[in-house]
Parts: sequence; C-alpha cells; structure tokens
Amino acid sequence: MKTAVVVFPGSNCDRDIAVALEQVTGQAPAMVWHGDTDLPDGIGLVAVPGGFSYGDYLRSGAIAARSPVMRAVVEAAGRGLPVLGICNGFQILTETGLLPGALMRNARLNFVCRDAPLTVANATSRFTRGYSEGETVTIPVAHHDGNYFADDETLDRLEGEGQVAFRYAGVINGSARDIAGVLNAQGNVLGMMPHPERRVEAAHGGTDGRRLFEGLVEALA
Amino acid sequence: MKLRIVVTLKNGVLDPQGKAIQHALGSLGFDGVADARVGKLIELDVADDTSDEAIDQMCRKLLANTVIENYRVERQDSVA
Repeated sequence: MKTAVVVFPGSNCDRDIAVALEQVTGQAPAMVWHGDTDLPDGIGLVAVPGGFSYGDYLRSGAIAARSPVMRAVVEAAGRGLPVLGICNGFQILTETGLLPGALMRNARLNFVCRDAPLTVANATSRFTRGYSEGETVTIPVAHHDGNYFADDETLDRLEGEGQVAFRYAGVINGSARDIAGVLNAQGNVLGMMPHPERRVEAAHGGTDGRRLFEGLVEALA
Repeated sequence: MKLRIVVTLKNGVLDPQGKAIQHALGSLGFDGVADARVGKLIELDVADDTSDEAIDQMCRKLLANTVIENYRVERQDSVA
C-alpha cells in the first residue's frame, strides 16, 4: 500500500512515522511538503505527523491547518481517504475542522513526556482493529497542548457514536472525559495525542503502537 | 486602517493559565482576585477599503478558533 506523510516546517516525528509505515507496508511513504497543492496519486493513507509546525505560532496547528497541502488533505478526507493525525497532527486536524473539538494547554501547564496507559474505547475502526475493546495498551505521549476540549453536546455525541478511539487510563493532561484519540463521523479520520510510531519495535520498549499500523494496513489491503 | 483583534476564551472553557495567574497574584498578597482569563491581542494594518465581512472572515478562518474562543474587532478610531 502506498502512503504519504505531510511535512511542515517544525515537524519532528515525520521520519519516525515514515519508518513505522515502511516497516508495516514494505514501502517508504511519499513525503509531501506543506507547500504542495496535491497529494500523490494512488495512496491509501495520509499521515499528519507530530512536532511543532510553524513553531506553534498563534495556536498549535493553526497555521499548518491553513497550508496548501492541508486543503488537499481535507478534500481527500471528504472523498474517504484515511487520514491519521498524531500529536501536532491531531491538533492540525481539529484546526481544519476534520475532527471536532480543540486541544488546549495541559491542565497543569506542564509539558508531559511519558508512557501513557490507554484504554481502547472503540476497536471496530480501521485504525483500531488491531486491538480489543477495553484493552489497556501503553503508548508514549509528549505534548504541551493535549487537553482535549469540546462542549458537552459534542462529547456526548462522540461517545454515543463510538467516535472516541482511545482514552487515557489515568490523569495525563486534563482532557475532557479522558479522551486521547477521536474519529470523525465517517470513521476515516483519526486524531490522537499519543505516539504509536514510537512503539513499533522491541527496542522502543514495546510494540503496542505497531498494532495500530498493522491493523490499519490489514484493513486497507 | 489599523485594527485590534481581541481573542478571548469562551465562558465555560477552563483556562489553566488564567488560574495560575490568579494564584500567583494571591501569593503576592493581592487579595480579592476572583478570576483571571488570558487572551490574545492581534494588531492588523489593513487596506482602508477592507470590508467588515473580510475582517470577520479573517477572524473566523484563522485568528480565533471559534470552538474555544470569541473575538472582538476594535478599529483604531475607537482605540484610545
């Protein structure tokens, strides 16, 4: 399967996710610069990586969300292309409106960099089918703005429609209802603050993240 | 035309930075600070014929995230 990774000025997890995708798909992803107006033909997934795009100026992800390549990503997502946003990528996807809510400064104002236990809240999506529902997995987080916010009505809808993919199994950043990852209503866009690309080899201390990519590739094959 | 765009958090959105400021003021001995909220001030210099609609779109499309923020536009002639 062909994949693509978007690269912004200030992305710093682009190469990590490229390695993870190459390991599970057998093909190096196309790296797409933020100024490009088109995505490569024939891709089955586009990943929006973590980092500090545009220095987090204005709001985390705000400037990246208005870049030319993200217009192409939003359009492709509308046609059903799977889109995975991790960390800053999640922030960017909320800023584009592809995902509901917003990521605010962590409740205790600190940058949180640690392993996070996560509960898999929905294991039926193409992104999470490598897990079982209710299972606890360990995937690292590293962020300053991961405190998920949405109004109560939106949160109720997300929970009711199975759009919460992952929850923190413990206090991490003050996120509403412990939400760590959300799906869009169509199920083809996932945003999550934890970094599955940092848990794909035994040398990383575990492979819980690899299962996300393996499940995804199986689903899209 | 000079504009000031004031971006503030909506009511009901928790503001951890504001809380930290409120506590810091209290620890400096300033009693009676019931709340503190942090916002942003963005100054723009735009063409004189820029429409209100265009300014509003600038705020909605980029300067404020309306999921969590409100905005207010002040024109220079109304700014002291």
